[in-house]
Amino acid sequence: MTQAPVEQKKTTAWQMYRAIVGIGAFCAILIVGVYMATAPQIKINQERFLASAVSEVLPAAVLTQAVALDDDGQLVVVEENADLPAFLGYDAEGNLVGAVMTSEAMGYQDIVRVLYAYTFENQAITGMKVLETKETPGLGDKVEKEPHFLANFEALDARPAADGSGLANEIVTVKQGEKTEPWQLDGITGATITSVAIGHILNISAQVWVPVLEREARAIPAPQPPAPLEPTEEE
Amino acid sequence: MALKPVSPTDEFVKGLWRDNPVFIQVLGMCPALAVSNTAINALAMGAATTFVLVMAGLSVSLLRKFIPKEARIVSYICIIATFVTCVDYIIMALSIELHRALGAFIALIVVNCLILGRSEAFASKNKPGRAMLDGLGMGVGFTFALLFIGIVREVLGSGTLFGVSMFPDGFQTWTIMVLPSGGFLAMAGWLLIVNWLRQKEDDAARRAAEAES
Repeated sequence: MTQAPVEQKKTTAWQMYRAIVGIGAFCAILIVGVYMATAPQIKINQERFLASAVSEVLPAAVLTQAVALDDDGQLVVVEENADLPAFLGYDAEGNLVGAVMTSEAMGYQDIVRVLYAYTFENQAITGMKVLETKETPGLGDKVEKEPHFLANFEALDARPAADGSGLANEIVTVKQGEKTEPWQLDGITGATITSVAIGHILNISAQVWVPVLEREARAIPAPQPPAPLEPTEEE
Repeated sequence: MALKPVSPTDEFVKGLWRDNPVFIQVLGMCPALAVSNTAINALAMGAATTFVLVMAGLSVSLLRKFIPKEARIVSYICIIATFVTCVDYIIMALSIELHRALGAFIALIVVNCLILGRSEAFASKNKPGRAMLDGLGMGVGFTFALLFIGIVREVLGSGTLFGVSMFPDGFQTWTIMVLPSGGFLAMAGWLLIVNWLRQKEDDAARRAAEAES
């Protein structure tokens, strides 16, 4: 005896369209809804994170002013920073104490983005913080923790060249324990590529920024400190 | 012989031990090994995956009669990717630092075979309540497994637990434990323990059955 074949219910094109388009619309509404709800808080968190990173690398700065380089390479004050933010830092009296710049380049696994501070008084890089990295945990991320590497940024020489074309000495990373000059970065054994990348990032950025800062930053007026809140009449 | 009906509690509990996604089913290994280098990362990844498991299970179950079988994979992936995107935004809104620590692995929850597996094998055949309980149980089981691996790796690899130092200053940390290979070592250690315990359980059950007969 042979069994009658089981007739399978066929799916129509309409059912396919209905399911895929319907789920697509449901997903789109959900994503946009969550994005709209979280975007203000994400922006606040990002600004807070950047502000705390700036005060970490340039603790002397009480007030900051966002700046950028225009198409002609001139320093201009901007309302809001672009992808690679930069700031001028002022003390409580409105004296210019330094500048904080962001720069990035390829590390071992992906782009490494750092924030660093340049101080006018000693013409040196005096602070560095890694903002973004996907380097190997335990190896590449030593650039954020290794005390001897972080000690490079107590005063990493970044004097501008006499003709204002760049730095007097190129910032380079040398093998661990072989640092002899103040513009050299003492590298990390076990994080060679990442520590070399940090030196490269600082060099390419400082070569552009430092001469412009030395030439033009003092001409930019200090920002006004935020006015204290006035008591309301109801009180 | 009629099958014993499965209670809602069983749906939840099975993911914790009997069908644990990491130690028994060996699913979702990519995040389990990559993000378990610290206990806090493991906990955060586990929580994010649990959220996606529960929400994807609920959605797939609610839409199970609406999704034709020919379009089920594309539909499930679309639903899972949506909830992963939502969880990505939510983590960024909660903490930028945590988002930095988890890195690319939040986005990779989309391709965690555990979630697609539960959607296909369970949620598409069961009612929303059971699908959510199954997702919650699997998610909690996944979180515990990640946490166990994360604790071993953080304590040995960094000398800390949840960022708190566990050893005196002279302790030499085992750097290998925070590297991907350390994930395999910790995972192997836990699998050894889990399999030994399961074997003991099976032996006890067999002896009890023999005694009864």
